[in-house]
Amino acid sequence: MKFKTILAGVAGVLPACLIMIIAFLAIYSWPAIHFNGFGFVTSNTWNLGNLYSNPVVVGGTQVAPGAHYGIVFLIVGTLLSTLIALLVAVPVGVGAAVFLAEAVPGKLRIWLSFFVELLAAVPSVVFGLWGYVVVIPFLGHFLFPFLSRVLGFIPIFAGPSGSGYGLLTAGLVLALMIVPLIVATLRDALVAQPTAIREAVSALGATRFEVISKVVLPSVNRVLIGATILALGRAMGETMAVLMVSGNALNYLPQNVYAPISTMAAFIVSQLDSALQDPTGMAVKSLAEIALILSLLSLIVNFLARLVLALEAHGARRATI
Amino acid sequence: MAADALAAPAPVALSLQQGVPLRRRVYSAGGWILCGLALAILSAAMVWILALVFIRGLGALSPELFTTITQGTGGGLLNAIEGTAVLSFGALLLAIPFGVGAGIYVSEYRHGYWAPTIRLLSDILVGVPSIVLGYVGYVTMVEWLGWSFSVAAGSITVSVICLPYICRTTELALQQVPGDLREAAFALGCDEKRVIFRICLPAALPAILTGILLALAISVGETAPLLYTAGWSNYLWDGRLTQSPIGYLTYAIWTFISEPFESAHQLAYAAAFLVTTFVLIVHVVSRFVFERDRH
Repeated sequence: MKFKTILAGVAGVLPACLIMIIAFLAIYSWPAIHFNGFGFVTSNTWNLGNLYSNPVVVGGTQVAPGAHYGIVFLIVGTLLSTLIALLVAVPVGVGAAVFLAEAVPGKLRIWLSFFVELLAAVPSVVFGLWGYVVVIPFLGHFLFPFLSRVLGFIPIFAGPSGSGYGLLTAGLVLALMIVPLIVATLRDALVAQPTAIREAVSALGATRFEVISKVVLPSVNRVLIGATILALGRAMGETMAVLMVSGNALNYLPQNVYAPISTMAAFIVSQLDSALQDPTGMAVKSLAEIALILSLLSLIVNFLARLVLALEAHGARRATI
Repeated sequence: MAADALAAPAPVALSLQQGVPLRRRVYSAGGWILCGLALAILSAAMVWILALVFIRGLGALSPELFTTITQGTGGGLLNAIEGTAVLSFGALLLAIPFGVGAGIYVSEYRHGYWAPTIRLLSDILVGVPSIVLGYVGYVTMVEWLGWSFSVAAGSITVSVICLPYICRTTELALQQVPGDLREAAFALGCDEKRVIFRICLPAALPAILTGILLALAISVGETAPLLYTAGWSNYLWDGRLTQSPIGYLTYAIWTFISEPFESAHQLAYAAAFLVTTFVLIVHVVSRFVFERDRH
């Protein structure tokens, strides 16, 4: 009994970490939350103010004169890059999972799956290196000018095609980073679907692809939704790769898909050095507020994903009994 | 991809279904082609990344890399290699007891409310962006505790990232141990502690070690949580846990590739090669262990 209590205490370190992260961020950023108010998420100006003149007191807290913190451009950048990543990763992931589960024979499937899922093992900063050295020149010189010529009649694809750093590049690199999660989860779910269903539908005259696309795939849609939400959470919080390919825009809302952006996670890295120059500490505390918002978002997203996946597992267990 | 050529039989088999109307045959063949294309794109991207890292990385390797420290934008990577080893070792040292302990608890005492709660919260902890952990580490350890950029701050931050992975793999490993073994041990009069330490843990050890190895790969590949906790240093570690920054390989990749000097680029490629090779080797090795366990 005593041993169990000790273990329970050791295990409690995990939830304690989570709670401490949120609590520390909330406590530390409280003056910033108070100073920035609701304008933090509705205005689009991140301005540290004049760091070289004496701080002024606003609402009881010291800030640099002219300081104003608004992160609409970060929210937009995070949401749009995540959206592009999902728009690319979900279809590609589903296609690859279906092909791996249904068309690749046994031994080869294991090794090919392993190879593709190694994408998840590649460190974020190596993706960033690849994006920086190879993808950006390629996209900036060839694909983006081409896209803007061919798809220019669609507003978001029109306009100057930029240098290669930007929204679409970040979205594509993110897509590659989250797609293994979708492939792995979906492939396992597909392989686990009972053969009887396939045989029944085949017996009705369906082709093999119809069996999969019209019956097997719809039966795992909850798994796909769960995996997609998990992937969304991962894309939102991705830092290094985005930092290296997004162009790190400041106070700028993208007008087309080639425009530079920044995300909440990347912004924390790119701005900490300059925020530290603020003698009042309000800039660093405002960055903590971004971190707080980001961690609360990822909390909600991950909780939702686990809920969907747990419900699905529960349902599957009941169905087999 | 050669792999896709081998996988071709599926669409061929379809054409044998003579009675199917053309429209549906086209739909099916088109569907298979798109699915195969998706897989080909992913494989190609993986090959592309590996090619970049290996070709440029191998070209940048030299003996001096492993024997000299970084000097400005040139020199070697000895300080970063040592730093990555120290930080990862420290992170695992902290994460293993808590992670394995939590995994044992969640697996062996899973009836009740505490274990599922821990599992859920640990799954959520996995999802917390690593830069948030780095920032919290900066605020708490570097600022409040006054450790400044240091091995302790970096290792503790990375250990929080490793914790949930080790917990989860330990739990899964223990659940592979048949219940009969536990029952037999209990029937012979063992208490819970003995069953766990003498029966379950030895049986699950290879899988637990695999999980720890994967956590090591994660800690070697992390950058964001270290930027503002470990800092960077051109010198070898002086042995102090606090007050002295330390270098690490992923920082070299990030910062040296954007320098305008060829020598800096060479360092970045070499660092990328070392990190990626290590991570890949760990994954391949753990895959072999896992496969052997299953058969």
